[in-house]
Amino acid sequence: MRFQDVISIDDFRKEDIDYVLRVAERLEEELKKEGTLKYAKGKVLATLFFEPSTRTRLSFESAMHRLGGAVIGFAEASSTSVKKGESLMDTIRTVENYADVIVIRHPREGAARLAAEVARVPVINAGDGANQHPTQTLLDLYTIKKEFGKIDGLDIALLGDLKYGRTVHSLAKALSYYNVRLYFVAPKGLEMPRHIVEEISNKVEIVETSELEAVIPKVDVLYVTRIQKERFPDPAEYNKIKGSYRVDLKVLEKAKDTLKVMHPLPRVDEIAYEVDNTKYSAYFRQVWSGIPVRMALLGIVLGVIE
Amino acid sequence: MKELKVSAINKGTVIDHIPAGRGLKVLEILNLPKDSTILVAVNVRSGKLGRKDIIKVEGKILNEEEVNKIALIAPSATVNIIENWEVVEKRKVEIPNEIIGIIKCANPNCITHYEEVTPKFKVVSRKPLKLKCHYCERTMEEDTVLKHLL
Ligand SMILES: [Zn+2]
Repeated sequence: MRFQDVISIDDFRKEDIDYVLRVAERLEEELKKEGTLKYAKGKVLATLFFEPSTRTRLSFESAMHRLGGAVIGFAEASSTSVKKGESLMDTIRTVENYADVIVIRHPREGAARLAAEVARVPVINAGDGANQHPTQTLLDLYTIKKEFGKIDGLDIALLGDLKYGRTVHSLAKALSYYNVRLYFVAPKGLEMPRHIVEEISNKVEIVETSELEAVIPKVDVLYVTRIQKERFPDPAEYNKIKGSYRVDLKVLEKAKDTLKVMHPLPRVDEIAYEVDNTKYSAYFRQVWSGIPVRMALLGIVLGVIE
Repeated sequence: MKELKVSAINKGTVIDHIPAGRGLKVLEILNLPKDSTILVAVNVRSGKLGRKDIIKVEGKILNEEEVNKIALIAPSATVNIIENWEVVEKRKVEIPNEIIGIIKCANPNCITHYEEVTPKFKVVSRKPLKLKCHYCERTMEEDTVLKHLL
């Protein structure tokens, strides 16, 4: 077992990431052959969702079931003693008696790190406020690797709100471990934070632009994220840029044949539905990637998979 | 000012060149045992800083770890170890690799503001000062750090 908890992508070295991706790949093969597996038989996962995130919770629960384990938990804080004022630390000290591994989602930054320090059982972070969501990053990398058979050598564009999106921050950092060229495509004011650019610019080539059109023909992966209206002080400004970041068939006309469009989902209108059934769309396979990747992480921290 | 000469105690620690006005805060951070004999001099005239504060701790030799806790608020401080009325060691304070307690996180949504937990920071850089919260992973720079002393 190489790590105890999964809290922040910053804790992962490249070899840890590669290890997770390898285990996930193996589990996916086994799943296809055998259906449900037995690695986590007799083990219990507790999913503690202090704020709702149905997709992430269902993905973890599905992963645990497919590993042969059982699941308990709650989907929102209002149904628990937290509402009565119980501290996070007390909740963790209670739940660790019921479960062999804890998956936590919490509205406050740092909650997962604290939970991991308190708990005797392993903890996996399923999102702590605006801070981290490491399993999303790992499943994004897994998707890229599955679509292309590799990550090295690819040109990858991250599109949308790069300033506030924690998903793209973590992904950019993780991708900097690989031999890739990154395109950060964002409207003015929502560019990738300087500290992240500075942190990774000595490891990968970065191209920053606000023009999606010029980038499309060059890239292998287009990772789309939502631009929220609330981020713009002036709604007129939002309406002006909105259309130019929407991915539809016209935008994709000049794309490479092998381009893959990804999205952490849920989408609103940043990818047109007409893209769904084209060779470009990889975002629903990306959702599937969450299963083998989370199975791998659960299995590794439980110590049932080598 | 002769009576404040650093060698005026038999044995102990003298923390000199504390920025004027920070002496009491430094004392608080040092958190010395209740029965310690301590002398605090504030607004002492000093060629180097104009005014400075000085703390003398009698009978106790403070180790590096204990003294380095004050480096965040008194980076200019010098530490003199006194034995037999003589300065036997003189050193500058150094910012440690990790800051535990002393300051609170500047991120209002950090879990440390809501749970009974001691704030903890990794020192990312000393000059310019940059700390990273162990919990929420946000970084703070010098001016923010000084505004968040506990
Ligand atoms: Zn914090």
